[in-house]
Parts: sequence; C-alpha cells; structure tokens
Amino acid sequence: MSTLTATRQATAWRAAPVGVIAASLFLLLIITAAITPTLFSMYDPLKADAAASLQPPSAEHWFGTDQAGRDVFARVVHGARYSLVVGFGATLLALMVGIIIGVIAGSAPRAVDSVLSRVIEIVMAFPEFLLALVVIAVIGAGETSLLIAVSVAAIPAYARVARAQTLLVRRSGYVRAATALGVPRFRSTIRHIVPNALGPLLVMGTIGVGTAIVAAAGLSFLGMGPQPPTPEWGLILSDGRNFLATAWWIAVFPGVAITATVIATSTVGRFLRQRGQS
Amino acid sequence: MRRQAGTRTVMVRVLGRFGGMLLVVCGAATAGFIALRLIPGDPVDVMLGVNARVSESVRDQIRADWGLDQPPVVQYFAYLSQLVTGQLESYQLRQPITEVIGTQALPTLQLTSLALLFAVLLAVTGALLARGKHARSAISLLELFVVSSPTFWIGLVLLAVFAFQLGWFPVASSQGFASLVLPALTLALPIAGIISQVLRQGLDAAAAQPFATTARSRGISHSRLVLRHTLRHASGDTLTLTGYLVGSLLGGAVLVETVFARQGLGQVAVRAILGRDIPVVLGIIVLAATVFAVVNLIVDLAYERIDPRLRTAVTA
Amino acid sequence: MTFVSVTNLRVAFGGVEVVRGVSFDIAPGECLALVGESGSGKSMTALSLLGLTPAAADVSADQLVVGGVDTRGFRDRDWRGIRGSRVGLVSQDALVSLDPLRRVGREIAEAIEVHEPRGAATAGRVLQLLTDVAVPEPEARARQYPHELSGGLRQRALIASALAGSPALLIADEPTTALDTTVQAQILDLLGELKAAGLGLLLVSHDLGVVGRLADRIAVMKSGQIVELGSTAEVLETPQHPYTRTLLDAVPGPRTAPEKPSIDVVLAASNLVKSYRRPDGSMVRAVDDVSLELRRGSTLGIVGESGSGKSTLASLLLALEQPDAGEVTLDDAPWSALPEARRRPHRGRIQVIDQNPFGALDPRRTVASSIAEAVALTGTARAERRARISELLRQVGLPEEIRHRRPHQLSGGQRQRVAIARALARRPEILICDEPVSALDASIQAQVLALLSDLQQGLGLSIVFISHDLAVIAQMSDDILVMRDGQVIEQGSATRVLASPQHPFTVRLLEAVPAAWG
Repeated sequence: MSTLTATRQATAWRAAPVGVIAASLFLLLIITAAITPTLFSMYDPLKADAAASLQPPSAEHWFGTDQAGRDVFARVVHGARYSLVVGFGATLLALMVGIIIGVIAGSAPRAVDSVLSRVIEIVMAFPEFLLALVVIAVIGAGETSLLIAVSVAAIPAYARVARAQTLLVRRSGYVRAATALGVPRFRSTIRHIVPNALGPLLVMGTIGVGTAIVAAAGLSFLGMGPQPPTPEWGLILSDGRNFLATAWWIAVFPGVAITATVIATSTVGRFLRQRGQS
Repeated sequence: MRRQAGTRTVMVRVLGRFGGMLLVVCGAATAGFIALRLIPGDPVDVMLGVNARVSESVRDQIRADWGLDQPPVVQYFAYLSQLVTGQLESYQLRQPITEVIGTQALPTLQLTSLALLFAVLLAVTGALLARGKHARSAISLLELFVVSSPTFWIGLVLLAVFAFQLGWFPVASSQGFASLVLPALTLALPIAGIISQVLRQGLDAAAAQPFATTARSRGISHSRLVLRHTLRHASGDTLTLTGYLVGSLLGGAVLVETVFARQGLGQVAVRAILGRDIPVVLGIIVLAATVFAVVNLIVDLAYERIDPRLRTAVTA
Repeated sequence: MTFVSVTNLRVAFGGVEVVRGVSFDIAPGECLALVGESGSGKSMTALSLLGLTPAAADVSADQLVVGGVDTRGFRDRDWRGIRGSRVGLVSQDALVSLDPLRRVGREIAEAIEVHEPRGAATAGRVLQLLTDVAVPEPEARARQYPHELSGGLRQRALIASALAGSPALLIADEPTTALDTTVQAQILDLLGELKAAGLGLLLVSHDLGVVGRLADRIAVMKSGQIVELGSTAEVLETPQHPYTRTLLDAVPGPRTAPEKPSIDVVLAASNLVKSYRRPDGSMVRAVDDVSLELRRGSTLGIVGESGSGKSTLASLLLALEQPDAGEVTLDDAPWSALPEARRRPHRGRIQVIDQNPFGALDPRRTVASSIAEAVALTGTARAERRARISELLRQVGLPEEIRHRRPHQLSGGQRQRVAIARALARRPEILICDEPVSALDASIQAQVLALLSDLQQGLGLSIVFISHDLAVIAQMSDDILVMRDGQVIEQGSATRVLASPQHPFTVRLLEAVPAAWG
C-alpha cells in the first residue's frame, strides 16, 4: 500500500507544476501591478477624456474606454492594489484572530470551550457575505470597513478549523508523550500544538485569499467599499453594468481579472494542500 | 424493540436540534442587537433624514415614542417581544418589519429555490459525466472557473450574451418565469461548482474503499457500483454541504437581485444597510438564522436516513 | 490440471514495480498461501487474478490463466465473467469490506443477482448461504447492517457473499487480521471446512502461524518476488531461504528468561474505576475496579481484546487521566492523587511507549530535537546534550546519521526506537508499553521486543506490557493480568496463568494462539 500512495503522489507532483507555475507567474505579475502599476500602463486611471468615451478595445486602449473616456486597462491594472490588499490583508487578519480563538477554545477547560464553540456555531449560521454586510451596517461603508468586514466574515471558519486541529494534535501520541515526559502545558502548546495545528490553516488561508477577493469585489459592487471614481475592480464592474448593451468591455475585463487572480491563488493553495498531505 | 429505541432517539435528537435551533436564532437576535447598538450616530437622524431640522423637544418625543430613552436592558426585552410578535417597525418605512420582509420574500424564495434546483442538477450531471481522463480534467477546469468567478460578474456576462446580444431572455424584469432563468442560473453556477467538486471527491473516495473492491469482485458493472453503492456514500457529505450553501444562496441573492434589478429581500437588505435601518437589518439576520437552522435540521434528519450507522447506537 | 496458472507476473505503478516476476499455480481444491510483510506485493498479486488492481497499475505476465481462460488483455467487461462466479474475494475487515450503508442480506443478494438476475429464489438463497457459513438466525441477520453484527458474524457474512456466485477459488486477503484471537480461530475453522468441501483457496497473510493451519503449499514473498515456494511442512520445518527463517523466528515463543523473585512493588493500583459517556449518552465503565501490582525489575503483561479497557488503564497508570475512584501509587507514595504541578517533577520516573509509531513523534521535529526535549528536562547541561543523544541512539540500536531525519523519513520500527530513546532519556524506572509492536511487521516486531528485553535487563526497568496478543505477552511477562470488559478476570504469575488458566476466557485465548507457537 505504501508504495501505491507513493506512486500516486509522484504522479501528482509531475502533473501539477505546469498549471502551478503558470498560476505563480500570474500572481507575481498581479503583485507587481499592485506595487508599480505605472510599469504596465502609462494612462492615468482617473483622467477623464470626454472625446474618447466608450471606445471598444483597440491597440491604443487594450480594454477599451469607459463612459468618461478613462482607459479600462489602466483602471484594471491600478485596481490590483485594492483587491490584493483586501484579499491578503483580510485573510491574514482573519487567520490570526481565528487561530487565537481556536487554540484557546481547543486547549481551554471544557466550560470555556463550549461557550466559544457555541458562539462560533451561531456566527457560522450566517453566510459569509451576509455577515460582511451586517458588519458594514455596523461600521459604515468605506475602504477600511471593507477589509474589516471581509475579515470578520472569515474568522469563524478559521476559528473552527483551528479548534478542531488543536483538539486533534492534543490527542496525538507526541503531545501525550510530552505530558508524560513532564513538559509543562504552556510550553507543549507553543512547541507542539500550535506549529502542528498551523499547517492546514495556512493552506486554508491561501485558498481563502480568493474568497476574500470575491467578497470584497461584491461589497464594493454594491457601493459599500471605496467610492467612485476609485479604480476598484468591483466598482468598475458596477459602472459597466449600466453600459452592458453598448460597451460590454467595461464589465468583462475587470471580471476576468478577478477570476484569473482567484484561480491563481486557489491553484497555488490546492498545490500546497496536496503537498501538505504527503 | 430495536426499532422503538431507534424512533425514540430520533425524537430526542429532533428535540435537541430544535433547542439548538432556538439557541442559534436567539443568539443571532441578541448579537445583532448588541452590534447594532454600537453603531455611532442617532437613530432619530435615520428616521427623519439627515437634512431634517427639528427641535430637540420633538427629537425627545420621537425617542420616547420608540422607547430609545429606556435603559438598554429594557430596550432589549422590548425588542425581543416586538420581534416575537412581529411588531418591530422599520425606521425608514414606518411599517412592521414582518410586512417589509414578508412582501419581498416571495421573489427571493422563487429565485433561490430555482437556483438550488439548477445547482444540484448541474452538479450531479457534472460529477457523473466526469469519467475518463479527458472528461475529468474538462469538468474540473469548468468547476474551478465557476467557483472562482464572482457571482455578479457571471450575471453581467450572461446578461450581455443572452439578453443583450441574443435577446433570448428579458433584460431586467421581475415578471414571469423567463425573467427568472438568468438570475437563477447566475446564482446556481458557483454553487454547482462547489457541490460538483465535493460530490466527485465523495464518489472517488467511496470507490477507493474496500467495500467497492468487494462489490466489484462480485462482477458488478460500473454503473451499478455508482448507483447502488458509491453515490449513496458521496451524497452524505454533499447533502451537508448543500445545506450549508443554502445560506450563501441568500447572500448571493443580494448581488444577483442588484445585477438584474429584481425585487426581493436582497434589495431590502441593501437599502436597509445603506440607510442604517436597524430593525430591518435585525429582521433579516433573524430570518437568515432561522432558515439556516431549519435547513440544517432537515439535512441532519436526511443524513440519518442515508447512513444507518447514525441511527443505532454503536454496539462495538 | 491447474485452476490458476501464473508465470512472470509483473505489476508496476508509474515505472516502479511492486510485483516483480511472480510465478505459481493453484490446483482445483488446493490451498496456496501467499505470505509476506506489508509492501511485499502479495495483495497486488492476489488482486491481479481478479483484474482488480488499481487503475494506475500496469499488469503484465507471460501467462495469467484463471479458470482455464487466458485473461491477458481482458477489459473490465471480460473480467466480470470471472469475478464472483469463478473466483471470489474475501478481504480483511468486513466492517469496511461490506457496504456499511446496506443491509447484509442486500449485499449477498447483489452477489447472486449479478449472475442469475431472476430474483424469485434470491431471498431463499441468501438465507441458505448464511446458514452454510454458520450464521445463527439468518433471517434476522440478513436484515441488519454490518456495524450491527459482531466482527466474527460480519466476516462470515462477507464469506457468504463471496460464495454466492459458487466460485471454485476463494481469495482470502488477510481474512482474520482485523479479528480478535478467539474469533480468528473460528473463521479459520470455517475456511478449513469450505476447503474440505472442495473449494480452492488463495490465502494471503502476513502471519505464518495463521496460514500453517490451512495451507497445502506456502509461497513466501519479499519485495515483489517469491523467495520460497514449497509444501507447508517443508517451509515451516526446513525453511531454505534466510528470510523465511527470519519470519519463523519472529513468531513469538514462550519466555526463556528466568523469573525474577523480586517482591518489592514499585507501581500499584487499587480499585481503579473510569467511566466514559458514549456518543449516544449512555455510560460505559472502561475500567471497572482494577487493582494491580508491578514488581521492581519485572514485566507485568496485560492482555485483553479490543475494547477491554487496556488503553484506558495505561492512561490511568500514567496519570494522564484521573480515575473516577481508586488510586495509583508510586513507591507507596501518592501518584494519581497528586496535583499535576507536584507530579510533573516526578514524571520522568514513569514513561510511555504508545501503539502508533506514526503519531508518537512530532512530525515537524528532527529525531535529535525530539530526544533533546526530553534530555533537557533531566537538567543535562547544554554542552553534554549532544553526547547524551548519541548515547541514547546507540542504546536503542539506531545509527548516528538518523539524528537529523524527521519522522516521515523513518520506518515504523525506527520510529518506535526513537520513541523508546526519548522515554529512556528521562532515565525512567517504569515503562508503560501500550501495544508497542502491534503496528509493526513480524520481523520488526521481534527486534523491538528483543530490544525491550535487553533494556530491561541492562537498566533494571519495570515494564507494564499491554497487548491483545497472548503470544507476545507470554514471551515478555513475569506476571499476567487478563482483562475483559474493563474487569480483571484472571491474574497471576505467567507460568501459572499459561499452564493452568482458571477462567474459561483465558483458556479460549490460549487455544487461539497460532499453531506455530504451541
């Protein structure tokens, strides 16, 4: 049997890289665009030019222009920053808070654990997007709100997995052995439990970045994030909605950018998960 | 004997689940109340509109009318009783929230039900078609694509192609079945992708189990193996996931209704959030929690029908 | 005339061969045993006769005749004509080998309907098959699900489903491995009866003791090849290949070392009780009024079948869990009753070796780092730790270069040795070994048992040795305690318990010890 699983992994290793390398390269490209957008487009994403409004894609304007004559390609390139900041930032924040809550729940006395688990359970009753909306309702719309809302919505899932992982690792032979050796509880938590519970969460986070990007785009599409004329992908899409009949390119290209970014992050995430299982 | 004991444990479990459900709904209502009390700003401004110029005594009168001058604990219980009796009123619309939500619930219910149906049909078709190397990679690529695309963008693309270019479906309307197809499909696609992935994993995992080898050693065909054995094993996890996704259908409805300019709860939610209409937001929270709890109760009971191991106590 | 004829069978996964040129015949009604440790390729060889190797496998052979038909180039559709009707399959654990979501009767009926899709007589035939394999109350059993049956009945039902298509050959892949020893013997008897009635058997097992009872001929497999093939008597009595001798030596034998006369009690438990809540809410007494004494420098063997409460008892002795009633004392001083903070400084005196060598070591830490954690707790100066780790590795027979490996780069036996080294680092007086070898292959098992015996003599350790396997217990123990359903049903010196067992359950356990030993 062991030979069998070994060979399966070997094939997975060989098959994966083509897509994974492409995905990593694309991510690298997006990250570069987020840092230095001017490297990719010389147009100003905010500069209106009434004479050049609603032009279809051409050699000059690769993704066409919008109703105010702004270059859609420039807007998409400049938008990478907003999506990546929210995607990675919200995920990181959610991961940290989730891990702290989960590890506490998983290693605390039963009473504390059951209170925390109940709270997590109640919050999990809400779909993530609705939860993010409610957070916006509390703290108001805006760029920072967007990051916080997306992050809060993701916390319960991470906390739940962190708790389950903690319980799993706590029951393992090596933690038992550490207790029998006389290793103090806190040190055992830091040295054995947290590092071993972390792996699946980091992988989950990698895939979560994509979810966060989509959620953030959705919220700003509804007008709950940055305000116009910010070149944010969800916001550009919202603009494009009004010109679907005449100028499909405004709505199509930012969507392609979101989808491609999400596919790239989750491809890398899945690859990491596959490796983590070996 | 055994059967009786089984029925009793099911009853006990249903009651326990019901208690858990009440707890979730109450917890959600309470959490919502606390969260929304933390909102900066005066609810009276919301009711009057920001530009209204009203004397302080009138404001006090309004506060007294709405019970906003009471201590938070009193407000909380007043709120709970209004919630239970359905008398909680919207700040903006000055109607009970049960009416606000009730009148808009039907279009959203139609949209989400049809979307769920589409999603399950698409997912099962996809998972069963994925046999052989090429079909598998094609299907999994398709899954990855729809799962990674934002719902509202799928909606915009479908609109651009099928409504504007081809003219097969109405552009924006809340009337008739034809107007429902594109929105429901939009809502269904990402969810179909997730369900299909999990169903496929479940089928593969079941086919790799020893019982599948045993079943094949009896000489049965592939289709029989799937229909009699592995599909049932895979449906357990798929069902749980589908139950969970019903919630995200509600979330997705907010976006889809905006894209297609449809009436419904999503629109109510967006207006309430942007307008800080707290009672309506609370009403939607409680509704979502209730839907979640009911759906999960149904899923749990259905799961027990599928897996006999959950029905009887383990005798090992 | 032969029923199965295999020449130069090869099975490969992505270029890696797991079966490398295997040849054998099976005559009608004959029992051939394929014996080997895990990874020897024995199961893949057996599955090749049914065309059930995984899709990723490349199978080739100069000859692969099953039931008089050349099966080379068979597609799935062709194989279906052989499966069930010419060759049946019984695999390891009926709990997972029968579809857990379907009633036992439906599973057997499926096997009938595939070959005779008429249906009318099926119900009667199901009951007949269950009766044939000696399942009591067949009507009631047919309506139950696999998890509702005992391990033995389940296995019988699985055999019944394999017999439904009236095959001439039954492939039994580790048919008794998942069963408790007493049930194991019953299932082997059943297979013996079927063989006597004319059924051919291909018995696949890791256990020479098990196959000795049934096989006409034995083929010993190692690394994908048959290294020895001969009649059962030849292979067991005059093994030719050194590997066969290793396997035979690995079967635990009775203890040869002299008993130790010590009467000084180092660890004692009095009237321990521990209950758990089952998932359905009912309470179960996992440990029920257990008292025991461990004499200094001796080994106390605790034997019992799965679910008898042995492992819970181990946790109580280690004070990793608290008893509901009763007390554990260490050198007549309180142990289980101490608060953890006061117990911790003394924890080094009593150490544990757990069953699962995969979970025993932190997967993220190197061997050296795992042992170093234990060494540091003894107050060894930083400068001397390196030398101490080397000394410990030497003590458990591991090479120095293993220091920087992580658990996933080690074999099961090596991991268990690292776990022993880590326990020894604290210079314990007592080792609690909870099924320390049950996850290991027989030849590795023997090595680890020998290591434990050596360490006991060299370091004067007192050992509590827990196992489901009476043969292993008999080899290791000075005193034996037999547990069943959380209670001690027999207790005494090893010589006394083995020579004149008092409780009928102990008698049954002894009878079930594989033939190669008695």
